[in-house]
Order: sequence, then C-alpha cells, then structure tokens
Amino acid sequence: MFYINKINAAGKIAVDDTILVKDTPATAGSKMLENFKPLFSAEAVERLEKAGYEIAGKTNVGEFGLDLMGETSHFGAATVDGNLVGAAAALVAQGEIKAALNVDLNGAPRRAAAVSGVDFIKPTYGTVSRYGVIACACSGEQIGVTAANADDAAEILSVIAGHDDKDGTSLPAEKYEYTTDKDVSSMKVCILADLYDGLDSKVKERIDAFTEELRKDGVTVDTVSLDIVSQAQTAWQILMAAETTNNLSRFDGVKYGHRAAEYKNIDELYVKSRSEAMGFLTKATIIYGSDVLAKSKYEICYDKSLRIRRIVCDKVRELLKSYDAILTPACSKVEYKPYDVLDAFEKVYEESLYTAIPSITGMPAMVTKGVQLIADSFNESVLLSIAKSVEV
Amino acid sequence: MKYELVIGLETHVELSTDSKLFCSCGGHSSPKEPNDCVCPACCGMPGMLPVTNKHAIELAVKAGFMLNCKINQYTTFDKKSYYYPDLPCAYQITQWFHPICVDGSVQIGERTIGIKQIHVEEDAGKLVHDEATNTSFVDYNRTSVPLIEIVSRPDFRSSDEVIAYLKMLKSSLQFAGISECEEGAMRCDVNISVRPEGSDELGVRSEIKNMSSLSEIKDAIEFEKVRHIDAIERHTEMLVQETRRWDDVKRRTFPMRSKETAADYRYFPDPNLMPIVIDDEWLAEIRASMPATADEKASHYESMGIAAKEAAVLSSDRKLADTFDAVVAMGRNAKVVAGWILTECMGQMKRLELTSLDIDAMKLARIIELVESGEITRAAGKKVLSAVFEKDVDVDAYCEENKLNAKVDEGFILETVRKVIAENEKVVADYKGGKVKALQALFGSVMKELRGTGSPDVIRAMLEKELNG
Repeated sequence: MFYINKINAAGKIAVDDTILVKDTPATAGSKMLENFKPLFSAEAVERLEKAGYEIAGKTNVGEFGLDLMGETSHFGAATVDGNLVGAAAALVAQGEIKAALNVDLNGAPRRAAAVSGVDFIKPTYGTVSRYGVIACACSGEQIGVTAANADDAAEILSVIAGHDDKDGTSLPAEKYEYTTDKDVSSMKVCILADLYDGLDSKVKERIDAFTEELRKDGVTVDTVSLDIVSQAQTAWQILMAAETTNNLSRFDGVKYGHRAAEYKNIDELYVKSRSEAMGFLTKATIIYGSDVLAKSKYEICYDKSLRIRRIVCDKVRELLKSYDAILTPACSKVEYKPYDVLDAFEKVYEESLYTAIPSITGMPAMVTKGVQLIADSFNESVLLSIAKSVEV
Repeated sequence: MKYELVIGLETHVELSTDSKLFCSCGGHSSPKEPNDCVCPACCGMPGMLPVTNKHAIELAVKAGFMLNCKINQYTTFDKKSYYYPDLPCAYQITQWFHPICVDGSVQIGERTIGIKQIHVEEDAGKLVHDEATNTSFVDYNRTSVPLIEIVSRPDFRSSDEVIAYLKMLKSSLQFAGISECEEGAMRCDVNISVRPEGSDELGVRSEIKNMSSLSEIKDAIEFEKVRHIDAIERHTEMLVQETRRWDDVKRRTFPMRSKETAADYRYFPDPNLMPIVIDDEWLAEIRASMPATADEKASHYESMGIAAKEAAVLSSDRKLADTFDAVVAMGRNAKVVAGWILTECMGQMKRLELTSLDIDAMKLARIIELVESGEITRAAGKKVLSAVFEKDVDVDAYCEENKLNAKVDEGFILETVRKVIAENEKVVADYKGGKVKALQALFGSVMKELRGTGSPDVIRAMLEKELNG
C-alpha cells in the first residue's frame, strides 16, 4: 500500500501521512486517526504550494512513523518483490513522483531511501518548521526530503526551510540556500569503525564502493573510532519513547482519536479506545516511554539521556572539526522481509544504532547510494555536494 | 495542651493577558458560549505547537518582584502528564524544574510569610455533567489560560493570617495589573497540620483542594483544626496524609478518593518550548514598568499633604488610587480631591452598593473645578456627582438644565435676599442690635429658598450689603 490518499501524483511532491495537508485525511498510519481531517496544512506544505509545487498525495507510513520503514501501518505495508520498502522512497525510485516530504523521527525515511537506492536528506533540527507534523519525538524529529538525486533534494529543501513563528524551536534564519556544487576534492571524510566492523558484507560493499568513489574525487577518507555510538542509540531510544508516549497521550478517544463503541466509564473509554486503535509497536513504545518517565526512574533514564545527548553532541562536533562528514551505514541490511510484529520493538531498537547520532544531535544526515553521511549543523550543502559528486 | 496550626498555601491566580499562554486565542476572560475561545493549538490538535506568550512571563516576573522573590533568569516549561477529559492533550504545561521565581517573602502584620516559588502554568478546561441524560460535556474555553501558582512556605499560624495574606495578594496583584483577581479567579489549596505549641515537628498534613471564597477557606481551616485536635486528643480517628475537599453545603471536609491523588505525573522538560532566558536588560525593563506598591503610593500621598489615614485608604484600592492620580494630574488640589473621593464618591458607592469606584476622572475633575471656582455650590456639586454616578450625565449640561450655576441669577438671589429680610423682621432686628450670629440664620433661610443653588460668598455679601445699607 503506497498511497493513503492519491491526489495528483505524476511528477509531483508526495507528503507522508504524518504531515498535515488541509482538509485531507491524516492518519499517521494508525487506526487511531482513520477519520482525522486537519483544519490546516503543515508550514512545509504551505511553502511548497506557495512556490508552485503540487501535492502528489499522502504516502503511507508506519504507525506514527515509529517503525523500520512503514511495515506497521494500519493500512498495510508497502512491499516490492516481497521486500519492505518505504512508500515514498519506492515511489521516487519508480519515477512516479519527483520528491517526498517525510518525518524522520527514528530513521525510517533514511532506511527506506537506503533500500530503494534514492536520496534522503534530514536537515539540521530547527531549520524546517515542525508545525503540522503529527508529533512524536519533538526534540529530534525533523521533516526531510526524499528525492531521486541531490539536486532535487537541495531544490525542495531550499523551499521548505526557514524560520516559522508557529514553531517555538524554529531557528531564526529566514531562508537557507542549499547547493550541490561545493568543491569536494579537498574534503575529508571519516568512517566510524564502531559502525563498520562486523557489518553485513553487502552493506560493507556499499561503504567500500562509496569510499572508492570519494577517493577518485580526491576526498581523503580515514577510519576513526567514536566511543559513544551505543550510548547515543540508547539515549535516543529513551528520549524518543518518552516524548512519543507523552505526545500520543492526546489520542484517548475524548477529543482526538478513535473512540470505543461501548464503555462504562471514563477509564474504560481510555483503555478500550487505545487498545483497539493502536498497534503493537506503538503500545510497546508507550509502555517503554511511560516507564522511563516514572518518578523513580526519571533521573537515571530521561535526565541521564539528556546529559548523554550533550556529550554525544560535543564528541561528534569535536570529530567534525577534523572532518567535513562522517560516513556510516544507514541500516544493517540491504533488504528487509516482512517480520513478526511482536519483534518490532527490538528490530527498531537494533537498527537505530545507525540512525541515532543525527536524531539525538539534531545534525544533518543524508542517505545516498545506500550509505549515510553526517555533517555538523547547517552543513547540508557539504552532504549534498558529496552525494552529487558520487552520483555523476 | 495548647496547639498551633501550621499552614502553607498554594494560590492559583489568572494572569491579565490578552491571549492565552501558548496561542493567540483572546477573550477568554469573558466568553459568551462554551468553546467560544478555542483554536487548534489550545485544543491540542495534532500538528499544533505551543508558542509562549511573552506578556505572561512579564506578569509572572512582576509578581515575583512584588513578593520579593529571586527571579530565575533561566526558566523552563515542563510537561505534567495525567489523563482527564478536560485536558485535551492529557498533559499540562507547567514549570517543574526551573520555576520563574523562588525564595521570596512577604510581611503579614508581625509575621513574615516565606514564598517558596511562583510558577507559570496553563489552566485546564471545564467539565459539565448533565445528570438528566447522564452525559458529560467539555468546555475548552479555559484551556491554556495563563495562571501563576504562588507557593508559600508553611508559615501561617492562624486562619486570620491566611485571610489577611489572601486579601493582600488580591489587592497587590490588582494594583500591579498582574491579575484582575475576579470572583473565582483566585483558587487556593491549603496544606494544614496541627502540633503542640512550641514543638518543632510537623504533624500529619492534610491538603484541602481548590477553594476560592475567603469564607470557605476560613471555615475549612477552622474545621480541620478541630478535626486534627480531636484526633490527637480524643483519638476520634487516625490522621493520615491525604487530600480533602471542602463541602460548602455540609460545612465540612471530606477525603478525596485516593485514585485522584496517588498519581505519578511523569514530569519532563517540554521539548517544544526553548528555555526562557530573561537577560538583565529585559529584567530591568520589567522592573521599570512596575507600578508603585500600595505602601509606596501611600507615602507619596502623605508627602502631598494627605493625612496618613486617608492616604492609606486611597492607596489600598487600585481604582481609588487611579482616580485620585488622574484628577490630581488634571490640576486639582490633592487635598480637595482626596476629600471628594473619600467622602463624596465613597458615599455614593455606599448608597448605590458599588464595590469599586468606576467614574470618569474628567467628570470628577470638572465637578471639583466648578465647585472650587464658585460657579456651583458644594451642595450642587454633590447633586451632579450623584447624577454622574447614577446616569453618567454630562457635568456642564446637567448644571445648565438644572439651573445649578451659581453665577447666573444674581438678580434672583438679590430678590430672595430682600424677601428673606422682609419676612424675618425679628431676626433682622437681633442682627442690627449686635447679634452677629443672627446673620447665619438669615443666610440659612436664603440658601433654603434657593435650594442650594447660589454661591455662598455672593449670598453672604448681598445679605451684609442689604442689612448694613
């Protein structure tokens, strides 16, 4: 299942169903919001429309965007040849649409781009307004762009980025101009040994091939170690789950969300409505998030994760003083089969090892040719230029 | 054994902002219909984000200045999670980790009351239960209305001190324009325990939630005092730390269900709201915009020649003080204005059972001007004032219509003077025989005939002229 709502597809821009388009249903892939029609469009969508782009439709996503790449959608996973694909990335790969807006909260659009062989860029946190995103992990989630190439990604990102008064975390710059033509020949890129050693051979091959291309373009590629990779993974999982739990609590059947047909009292209304309308991964995330926010655990879980976030930021920034970008895999495999839903929580946790650093630091990341590049804040053009140099 | 009460207060006050705390909805202080003042943001619609109302922050800082607090120049908003149908997001945005004001104090008579903190938070909506259809309705008008919660230390020792503190809070908050403190807009949670006098240890505490009337608060404290002492002395019950509510019909407190109280609110910093940094410049700006406190005002009035007692009354009420300041600013003599406000205006307020002075200062200034210049008599001035209070009449037009102008009819005054002299031969004879006081009697008769409209000076001069030839 690729579209939740196909409007005007060919050659246009699709929007993930976690992003609002006025008067068009926004389900976030959940039965919870099957009948939710927003009264307004997301700021990013408004900017696209104002710039003359047309919306192709609403693309299917995993429930609230929490999963690997869309397999937990209430409306069914998008697959190609029996493999999981992200709906938007697959449509871009098929050439059906020019680009798509996706919410990157735990790496789903990055993994989707990697398996479909297209580009996805997650810009610096705060550069694209989150107004109109069905929120989960507010401190790290960010709208990004899936596109067939770096030029298209830069074009669309330039349209949607810039300050928005309606988002309290929006950064002050009115506009950002992204380019793909920076000179890469003097750039330095590092591979994280922590995320390379022990990797699936097919993924290793992609990293190696990419490294080869970079060296041909004159880029220096080193291998380094960064000893906070798994801490970043755990800390982001805690922050993400806690914030998601809190944000999804509004879907209780009173004002928003599915309401159970029969209930004896308010508690039963809450329990039945949420039990009926949420999938396993969402429930597991909520249980985990409630637990880490409990008074008795706050200090050792949420608060500690905030401290780890700062340490990760410092260490990554330190490394990026010597390198223009970090090269890592975007995920552990080159293809994913549908799997038992009861394994979802563990699977997402395992994969978040590769995606957590940009999520927790808010730094920009780009997936291209099945690999991931990470740069320091506001250096999107470095990533886009490297991607472009490998493309041609 | 003698016992002493130990009481701490948590007081919720609505801030006087034009819009809500995190959206631009206005008119929430006087909504017409349920769900009149709502928008996607305050209703927590998916996709909406909160943006902080700067004015609310400024008002909270002002409250901090007023209560001698330390202002936290780095302050955060945090989320408090609980499920209740009047809370559309199932969380409330409040300040838990870095409240905006801390460590203040305020003097209530002889006692210093410590202020633990003041924090800003959003209000919740309102549930309306229809018993007939067994249905509940939610009104989100109050959702996200800005409040401050003023948390005192357990420094009160009697219900009288509590009431005095609340009255002081109310008048000071109104005075500084922080809160209108309208009926029901100030709500209190009272933490109360009892211990033997002289003891340093705290007794078992009960918290009485959500009371808004002063008499309710006083009665609830007195009830709890008796209940606690009975429990200690006569073992009428086992005291437990609990939350109770006051039942105004049954005139007693009842424990609330433990389910309503035993909650883990899962506080954490709101990632959608950046920490607020109040730099020195902004802080100085807010301080400069503080109106004088009631005490400062009173001493200022005394320096203008107003008696201490009168200055205290004038400065105790925002409306009285504002009217006084405005009329004086229009060039009228301070002492005279004080007299008009404290005697005449307050007399009218009492007569019409008004709780606050609501008069156009221009009109009051004009009345005083007319009286002072002798254009109308004081009695006529009172008559105009009364008409202004009742019907908000135009001062000059009213004087014209009712022929109150003392200067107009000098001929008529002379006629009346002559008439009075002719009709009071005996009094005239007394006067001419040396009884100076007799003149006062004749003057009174003329005033009575003129029904207070003539200028006293003019009448007196005419009388003397006619009598002395």
